[in-house]
Amino acid sequence: MDVIVCVKHVPETAEAELKIDASGKAVEKTGLVYDINEWDDYALEEAVRIREKQGGSVTAITIGPDDSDSTLRKCLARGADKAIRLADPKFEGSDGYAIAKILHSVVKTIHYDLILTGMQAGDDGSAMVGPILAQLLGIPHATMVKKLELGLGTAKANRELEGGLEEQVEVKLPALFSIQTGINEPRYVSIMGIRKAMQKEIKIMSLADTGLSENDVGLAGSWLRIEKLYVPPVEKQAEFLKGTPDEMATKIAEILKAKGLI
Amino acid sequence: MVGIFVLAEHRQGQIRDITYEMLTKARELAEKANVNVTAVLLGNNVKDHAKNLAEYASTVIIVEDAKLENFNSEAYRKVLSGLATTYKPSLVMIGHTSQGVDLAPRLAAALNLPLATDCIDLAFENDVFTVTKQMYGGKVNVKATVRKAETYLATIRQATFTPKKSATPINGQIVTVPSPLAEEISEKRFIQYVLPPPGGVDITAAEKLVGIGRGIKDVANIPQVEDLAKIIGGVLSCSRPIVDKGWLPSDRQVGTSGKTVKPKLYLALGISGAFQHILGMKSSDLIIAVNKDPKAPIFSFADYGIVEDMFKIVPPLKNKVNELRAHKT
Repeated sequence: MDVIVCVKHVPETAEAELKIDASGKAVEKTGLVYDINEWDDYALEEAVRIREKQGGSVTAITIGPDDSDSTLRKCLARGADKAIRLADPKFEGSDGYAIAKILHSVVKTIHYDLILTGMQAGDDGSAMVGPILAQLLGIPHATMVKKLELGLGTAKANRELEGGLEEQVEVKLPALFSIQTGINEPRYVSIMGIRKAMQKEIKIMSLADTGLSENDVGLAGSWLRIEKLYVPPVEKQAEFLKGTPDEMATKIAEILKAKGLI
Repeated sequence: MVGIFVLAEHRQGQIRDITYEMLTKARELAEKANVNVTAVLLGNNVKDHAKNLAEYASTVIIVEDAKLENFNSEAYRKVLSGLATTYKPSLVMIGHTSQGVDLAPRLAAALNLPLATDCIDLAFENDVFTVTKQMYGGKVNVKATVRKAETYLATIRQATFTPKKSATPINGQIVTVPSPLAEEISEKRFIQYVLPPPGGVDITAAEKLVGIGRGIKDVANIPQVEDLAKIIGGVLSCSRPIVDKGWLPSDRQVGTSGKTVKPKLYLALGISGAFQHILGMKSSDLIIAVNKDPKAPIFSFADYGIVEDMFKIVPPLKNKVNELRAHKT
């Protein structure tokens, strides 16, 4: 099985306090720690497990400037065989549609049996790149995949639905699957793996190598244009308890007592 | 009839709430633009639902086919492509749900029409289609404009709009359109629904829940919070990342892909409050949240908030609750 996995280098923001930058169209990036997008991390692990079981290769692809290399290095250290980074100032401002077109331009030149992407990215959360890429390639897809079983020429995928329910679908290969978190347990990288990954080559490609025009990518090639970022208006705010940790804990306990909850 | 299309979402014989939420928002947009709202219902033996939809939409288009019995993104894409091309609606609204996520991006690419996903608001401003979305797990809102097109596609976040019937009865017209699906969809087939294995704990029955999120940091920290839950007389629950990491079983998960709970007390520890989690617990009677980030969305839904590392609060809270319980006579 030749597997392509599409990954994104994103800031970790779950526990960070975000500020909007001077342009008003992006968040202040200084001080943020970047890593592989959480959903892509599971997709990468799934790709590597398939290769370990069935042979073949894993190619990791990303779009982004130099610092995205650290995410590709992580992919290589975790078991990817090849890494490709598409970088061009013209790509800036690309939405999910433009990103899918850029990925398509490269993916169509590589042999694959399977393409895995994260179901969405932790930054823009658009959840659209995978299915659009599948449409451009003319291959079937399934999104929000929580279990993947490969057969001969087909794959069975369990998709996550609402309320704890799943559905199983059968898809003909080659196909694209967008992976939901929790499908596997991503492995830790060994020191050996990191050392070996440092020696592997990352292939860099620019707009000129893609066969696309300037109008296909960036803002010109996108469906959406960001006009303004703002902090969500607060309709209701909690009453904040103040003091030392001890004092705050005491206040919680007293509230619970007053409400008859303890 | 040209106006706004809303894809009616249903599963296992039930119209999903998102359908009425979208129809209500669509009616608001349509009244401003002086156009009509059309509900589009694809399925097999679904005519009974059409009457309910007709209370919200001036037209209901039904396409029935055995191949539409269960949701299949490819079958839906083919049928909707045909309808969108024939009727040329100005907007097609689809839920940002497990169905919409599977269908909408591919439909948009196939039709070469622009799509905005996971919208929490949408408007036509001076003839420009404008949407509001969220980034970074709900910490930032984005206003974006969409490239000019004859038809726009948008997926709508669940539980964003409150369903409301029109003040004046609508009693929409029901139109049956023949299915264009000639043969079986062979590239993608629905096989079956898979129910999660029954768990040992029913968090929906618990009166008090102590919920943990990413702030728990390590599986080794779970016992001390479980201990707190026991002291309070409650049950431990969690947000999605804890289940993804395999630290707690999925029957403990609160949120859209887990359980919806309504306890007397929800104590959220180290949970930032992604909307998927919020939807599962916002109806709790009393919500107390502890989080390091003062801007965490959970604080907009909590009654009381504490901006602090949860591990500085848990030990003294245990002591204090024990103390107060000891005094109970």
